[in-house]
Amino acid sequence: MKSLIQKLVETIGPSGYEAPIREVIRAEVAPYADLVQVDALGSLIVRKGKSAKNGRKIMLAAHMDEIGVVVTHVDENGFARFSNLGGVSPRTCYGGRVRFLNGAQGVIGSDRMEDLTKMPTLEQLFIDLGASNSKDTRVRTGDVAAFERPFVDLGSRMVSKAMDDRIGVAILIEALRQLKDTPHQLFFVFSVQEEVGVRGATAAAYGIDPDLGLAVDVTGVGDTPKARKMDVGLGKGPAIKVRDGGMLADPRVVDWMVKAAEKAHLPYQMEVLEGGSTDARAIQLTRAGVPAGCLSVPCRYVHSPSEMVDTGDVQNSVRLLLELLSHPVEF
Amino acid sequence: MAKTSSTETYSPPRIGAAQIRLLERLCNSAAVSGDEGAVRKIVLEQVRPFADEIQVDALGNVLVTRRGQGKKCLRVMVDAHMDEVGLMLTIDEGNGIYRFDIVGGLDASVLAGKAILVGKERIPGVIGFKPIHLTDAEERKHPIAMETLRVDVGPAANKVKVGDRVVFAAPFVRLGPSLRGKAMDDRLGVTTLIELLKNAPKNIDLLAAFTVQEEIGLRGARVAAFALNPDLALVLDSTPAYDLPTWDDSENTRYNTRLGGGPAIYVADTGTLSDPRLIRHLIDTAEALGVPYQIRQPGSGGTDAGVIHKQLAGIPSVSVSVPGRYHHSPVSIIRLSDWQNTLTLVHAALTRLTPELLAAERA
Repeated sequence: MKSLIQKLVETIGPSGYEAPIREVIRAEVAPYADLVQVDALGSLIVRKGKSAKNGRKIMLAAHMDEIGVVVTHVDENGFARFSNLGGVSPRTCYGGRVRFLNGAQGVIGSDRMEDLTKMPTLEQLFIDLGASNSKDTRVRTGDVAAFERPFVDLGSRMVSKAMDDRIGVAILIEALRQLKDTPHQLFFVFSVQEEVGVRGATAAAYGIDPDLGLAVDVTGVGDTPKARKMDVGLGKGPAIKVRDGGMLADPRVVDWMVKAAEKAHLPYQMEVLEGGSTDARAIQLTRAGVPAGCLSVPCRYVHSPSEMVDTGDVQNSVRLLLELLSHPVEF
Repeated sequence: MAKTSSTETYSPPRIGAAQIRLLERLCNSAAVSGDEGAVRKIVLEQVRPFADEIQVDALGNVLVTRRGQGKKCLRVMVDAHMDEVGLMLTIDEGNGIYRFDIVGGLDASVLAGKAILVGKERIPGVIGFKPIHLTDAEERKHPIAMETLRVDVGPAANKVKVGDRVVFAAPFVRLGPSLRGKAMDDRLGVTTLIELLKNAPKNIDLLAAFTVQEEIGLRGARVAAFALNPDLALVLDSTPAYDLPTWDDSENTRYNTRLGGGPAIYVADTGTLSDPRLIRHLIDTAEALGVPYQIRQPGSGGTDAGVIHKQLAGIPSVSVSVPGRYHHSPVSIIRLSDWQNTLTLVHAALTRLTPELLAAERA
């Protein structure tokens, strides 16, 4: 599974421009799918199983997109000013590297800071593409890039700039591959534009009109030095979301997940996240409302170039998903 | 195949005296968000002869269908919002003095000392403020607080009441190659959309949405897109140009758009990541016709596309704006050439639309 993860996290796919990562995912899922579609906003939708009497229509969502940047101005010396696509913090930008969809690469520099104790704003940062003037540079206003940083395997932990949410993508792919039999009609949705406000899942959920929804995404942790208090840590199993900044998970879905974890003797932890949200919010609020929840992968340093997850948590997330999808839903 | 591959045979609709007069009428009308009746009336009068179907929906959007020729035309929603920013009177303090709230994005420093028109009867008044004679050095360091301003219509104006909407009294004028007036955002879009309906390309079903309540959160377009259920959407708006020299003569890197640079094509704003297929189609069209264009600087701000593209199972969307200086003030300035080039670009892009464009997956 690690080679799949490496391939997924090293493929470019900033919000709104997910085609490259979508092609990688499509190749992985096609042999296991009953139907593969791409919707109007670009989400990849994989159907598996027929609708049956004792089964549900379940939408599973992991987002393909990653945070990125978009050029706002190329100055006369060839430096590119930029704006964010999704939650990009200036704190993690300086000295970072970016790769544009056209292959151009650059490094991020900063205006001179009068006060070195202050963080630069995004407006004070620029991308240096190694050009000597604006004609020499390979990008122009509106061009999009993602951060560049290779995958690192630390054994029991894995690090990448795009664990959010390629790890969710990997878990969905792996579950699809290993799934032997399901009473449900499943829609594996590899959604677009999550990082800019769960936009892809909003459209996909409307189109699918599911009975039940589950997102697979990363969540924050409280297990690093002087961390903000949070009762989730790496290596303690998949986290079952109770709430986040945008959703109260359906208690029946939470219950369903807890029981499945216990039945399969899998470690799990309960997640109460103060901020943020996931595609589950979009599913829950579609049409007349849908019971929804989220299987979260604990992740350190979210939205930094080095997002870290635990390998065991990832494997147990696949197992939990398989347990959930292999049996009828009781509520 | 593109029907306009030969630029010699393609003649776009023109912005002439009649179009400028229509824009003048529309800009001078009062249509603060939620009270768009005056503009709606003009829109209905203008579009009636060209419409196959007209509907005024529950929120007040005007939805007009003009069908193309052939059975399987692409259904294209083109959107322009009818409403403008303004004020609403909230508390009667006697003698023709009123407290007010702002409707949409308005800056207190832009309001102080402006001539206004109040309510449907267009009662003249001013926005009262503390004159500089009476302010001290400390006060002058800070921006004007909205709470210190008042609407003043004088004691005789008994037709004014709490709840009335207020617009700038700002006559529309032509200044050589430019036009100046209030509410260019988005009467320019409204006028352009009327011209598109009058000169509708035959290859598409044109679904024109003249929307309400954009300035307070894209509310009208949300329901309009649901009702129209289009294959794709194009939003016509007017976006700020802040293309002035910087105070220290350094390079201006944050202008949003530039006057005279042509129609501004959106890539990314607060609400939308435009469909790359439609961005490419607009750029290809502009380059094929030799029409100047600019990419609006990605960043904050938004258009009706923000709600349209997420409607139903997703609607590929893009926005195009006429750049304008000093928006959300009585003195927006736009260039006639930018307006003409916007109309040309959008009309040509619609004429060149084929179902194949959306048959390819989104990038």
